[in-house]
Amino acid sequence: MVAVYIIIGVVVVLLIIFLVLYNGLVRLRNQVKNSWAQIDVQLKRRYDLIPNLMETVKGYMKHERETLEAVTKARNLAQQVSSAGAGERAKAEGELSSALSRLLAVVERYPDLKANQNFLALQEELTSTENKISFSRQFYNDSVLRYNNQTQMVPSNIVAGMTGFKASEFFEVTVAAEREAPKVSFT
Amino acid sequence: MWEQIRSNQIRSVVLTIGMGALLILIGYLLGLYFFDSAIVGLVIAILVWTVLSLVGYFQGDSILLSMSRAKKIKRDDHPRLYNVVEEMKIASGLEKMPNIYIIDDPALNAFATGRDPNRASVAITSGLLQKLNRDELQGVIAHEISHIKNRDVLLMAMCSILLGTIVILAWYGSRFLIFGSMTGSRRSSSSGGGGGAQLIILVVALVFMILAPIVAQLIYFAISRKREYLADASAALYTRYPEGLASALEKLGTSTGQLKSANKATAPMYIINPFRKKGMKASDLSSTHPPISERIRILRAMAGASFNDYDQAYRKAHRGEGVIPAASIAAETVPIATINLEGEAGEPNEIQRARETSDVMWRLSNYNTITCDCGAKLRVPPKFKEPIIKCPHCGRTHQV
Repeated sequence: MVAVYIIIGVVVVLLIIFLVLYNGLVRLRNQVKNSWAQIDVQLKRRYDLIPNLMETVKGYMKHERETLEAVTKARNLAQQVSSAGAGERAKAEGELSSALSRLLAVVERYPDLKANQNFLALQEELTSTENKISFSRQFYNDSVLRYNNQTQMVPSNIVAGMTGFKASEFFEVTVAAEREAPKVSFT
Repeated sequence: MWEQIRSNQIRSVVLTIGMGALLILIGYLLGLYFFDSAIVGLVIAILVWTVLSLVGYFQGDSILLSMSRAKKIKRDDHPRLYNVVEEMKIASGLEKMPNIYIIDDPALNAFATGRDPNRASVAITSGLLQKLNRDELQGVIAHEISHIKNRDVLLMAMCSILLGTIVILAWYGSRFLIFGSMTGSRRSSSSGGGGGAQLIILVVALVFMILAPIVAQLIYFAISRKREYLADASAALYTRYPEGLASALEKLGTSTGQLKSANKATAPMYIINPFRKKGMKASDLSSTHPPISERIRILRAMAGASFNDYDQAYRKAHRGEGVIPAASIAAETVPIATINLEGEAGEPNEIQRARETSDVMWRLSNYNTITCDCGAKLRVPPKFKEPIIKCPHCGRTHQV
């Protein structure tokens, strides 16, 4: 009789441990999903800002057609792959970031543009959106790290294996220029 | 990494329990002395504390904000401030955007309030807002958001209420004790015997009444100081840029202005101690906050931006004693972001920031601003009823 109680006790304890670990994994996976959605929001915001920026800048920068086209092209490409996985997407977004920083670098040559109130407001929005993208990426990668650790470490990896939790992909920046300057520099 | 401030929370809880024990002891002694029953004293002490706590819990943030005459802003009022707060909200993983307030005061300070992370507010003085560039503002806001994220705000509010209760009870208790012993108006039932023993109780009780608030205050300050270091560490981690906060603290440290609307109980809520002696620099010794120079030194000594790096830097400054609980130190490397301070073109300089901030303050007081062609700015008060206003500088007329 005592043996039966011990077995029941052990089973109950194991079940509780299993549930706690499982819930922990679910919580972490949801956080990864949520923080991915956060990046998405900011990237979309950047797609929306770029046409406005082009509209404002066009009149002033007649001799920078190539730079402007590069931004528009990078934006459209990034929008096209926006449903792809983290890896491919990060590459396209990296291109867009560097095209944008090239554009904002040449702004220095146009004092009229720098005095434009509309442009200054846009510039603040753009700086902030770039920051928000890198902060949400930072939070996303931290969440992925924690989630992946949980799916790979003993004992939660057993639960993860049984219930199908798979490791997530990091959102790494692949363009070298972007890695050097995470913030848009307007100098 | 983010939620693992837990073990430090346990430490704070232990200290808080210590304060609670002090309160109970006071109630016990008061009850024993005045009512001949410890229970009555305990009930009174706990009742006073409960009432104050309930008020503090539900109304604390709005009381604090209205006491400091803070004005709530929207995104359009000050886009840069709003954006910086939103950036830090994202970096910290906070779920809801905190309310943002500006205090119209030239003193340099900021604080966070709100009983839980979903009902949080951050407030900043207009003086600080115009003094800081974007990266420094980010550092200060990150520090405040860390207070919200680490749940320091509620803990400190509850601790200050506990402290307040102890101070109130000890104050009245000691007055009654002195007054009662002088006039001999104590209960007549015990006047029969044991005059000597009674005197000893009286002296012990008196000494205790005097010491209790001091001890409570010391505990309170110990909790508060620890939390400041932790918030600095989190701010460095969120921004990946300790220099932003360090540089902001440097500016805060050289200021000499006192915040008019702060009081002793709310002091630990602010980023630097608002009660420096008049004319004294904030970098001089302050008790609710660690010395600013030391906070700057630690931030600047960080090799990376992780908790581990902060802990290493702290250990160097404190001969080996760490500040961050071992459980939350992950052995990962977090590089510091490369940002050029004061270097970003298009960022408003200090004069532009001052104009921008004063525009916001006028607008928040419902003044209508009209910019005349001659460059003068007319501030039209809300009570102004005329349809047309004349520029006092050049004489042009404007529609209101």
